[in-house]
Amino acid sequence: MDWVVFVVAGAAVLAGALGVILSTHPVHSALMLVMTLFGVAVLFVAQQAHFLAAVQIIVYAGAIVVLFLFVIMLLGVDRSENVSSEPLVGQRPVAYLAGIGVIAAIFLLARTAWVSGAASVAGAADGPGSNVEKLARSLFTRYLLAFEMTSVLLVIAVVGAVVLARHSPSGGVRGSEDAG
Amino acid sequence: MGDPLYADGINQAVILIVLGKLLVVFAFLMVSVLFMVWFERKVISDMQSRIGPDRAGPWGLLQTLADGIKLFFKEDLLPDRADRRVFHLAPYLSIVPAFAAFAVVPFGGTISIAGHRTQMQLADPPVGVLFLLAMSSIAVYGIMLAGWASGSKYPLLGSVRASAQMVSYEAAMSLAVAAAVLSAGSLSTRDIVNSQGVYRWNLWILGVVPFVVYLIAATAETNRPPFDLVEAEQELVGGFHTEYSSISFALFFLAEFMNTVTVSAVAVTLFLGGPNGPHIGFLPDLWPVVWFLGKLLCFLFVYVWFRATLPRFRYDQLMDLGWKKLIPLSLYWLLLIAALRIGRDQGWAWYYVLGGGVAVGAVAWGGLNAALRQGDAVRTAA
Repeated sequence: MDWVVFVVAGAAVLAGALGVILSTHPVHSALMLVMTLFGVAVLFVAQQAHFLAAVQIIVYAGAIVVLFLFVIMLLGVDRSENVSSEPLVGQRPVAYLAGIGVIAAIFLLARTAWVSGAASVAGAADGPGSNVEKLARSLFTRYLLAFEMTSVLLVIAVVGAVVLARHSPSGGVRGSEDAG
Repeated sequence: MGDPLYADGINQAVILIVLGKLLVVFAFLMVSVLFMVWFERKVISDMQSRIGPDRAGPWGLLQTLADGIKLFFKEDLLPDRADRRVFHLAPYLSIVPAFAAFAVVPFGGTISIAGHRTQMQLADPPVGVLFLLAMSSIAVYGIMLAGWASGSKYPLLGSVRASAQMVSYEAAMSLAVAAAVLSAGSLSTRDIVNSQGVYRWNLWILGVVPFVVYLIAATAETNRPPFDLVEAEQELVGGFHTEYSSISFALFFLAEFMNTVTVSAVAVTLFLGGPNGPHIGFLPDLWPVVWFLGKLLCFLFVYVWFRATLPRFRYDQLMDLGWKKLIPLSLYWLLLIAALRIGRDQGWAWYYVLGGGVAVGAVAWGGLNAALRQGDAVRTAA
């Protein structure tokens, strides 16, 4: 049963990933990315990581890719890319070489513990309470500082984005003042 | 906890029961959509002193069915500049989340089928509430892609409006839902229902604010009036589904009403005690379902009432309401409930906690108002 789920979800992930790079259309690529994210979420559920699966869908599929699509639609770049042109000379062979290198590295690293689709045994979360409770407990006790730092970082990023995008009282976007 | 059905492992009988439940939930949603369309038209007719549909079947009950059959036999048009694949995919993307979200709603107690105990709900995952939020966050795809794939102006404008609106109100809705999670101490929808008594609903436990925020945000999420800017007929022809016809249009229609039923069912689960109700001697398995359906019907009536009563929002009013009022309010309320809860656990006097909470709230409210006024001043000066 585990094995069937793993194969189906894995096929969805791979098909989605191939779709992202093979589609010539940005919107199709984004949709294929959503398919990959769903496959990964199913794999998380198979590993009993329910919280991660839900957050994967809410944050990545529900927010980030929606933002991608939003930008693609608003900027009107939704036309097919010409993939045959090569802006950088020799980028294609280099990309092939790098890809082969990464795959070789993955195979090399995975040799000792090959993926099987079986539920996690190494990091089994034991003790009482659900998966969410354990995650919450470690986030808000042991890793509290890191957690709060991350949230502060995100707030700073939001404030920074607002300041950069804000129209200054004298008119025009800040940063374009030197030009005009 | 989870469903007792899976306690003894999974065998053929268990799979059959799950398939049976799936069928029941699907049939229920379909019938409820048929009913809801008729109910909405009839109630609005009554409010406007009209008769409404009364030709097909008794009291016009079969009107929706007749409309559905008509739509099936119409020609399925494909606009010239449409993106063929995405255009055909979009209706399904909008109907699947509407259906899937209903899967975690408990609509009855625990019953016995052929010696197996099972909960009357399709699935009870330990992260049920997050599943609901996930489904509501991917519901935007159907509308967004429908508008874009049509390759025409008005649908695109409609879908851009829709995605901005749905993303904006999702935050307020999540914060309101988080309040219910806080009171139950669990993300499972069944646990949330069980944490509420027969009359001791989250509606009262949490103060009425999260419920009201959820009601408004859910109306906006489903793009129902007064938040139906997505398909504002005077401005956008038909909105995102202008170019759709035949069965694709029927699917969007179905998804919209299914969404209405689903968010109402979720509201009943989170705030109105779900299938909880007074125990009655005979047919003990039936009454929870009756209570659930009764509460659901009250909720659906409120939605129709909104539509008949309230004029449509202007776009800036919509965004102001979402970002400047609902999100700060529900965030503050969530913090206040959390503070009161910690105070209870630590044995602090509740009036100190409440006083402190109100003081902090007043300062925050003042600060927010000052910031908004400053922002307005800067904008008018520019």
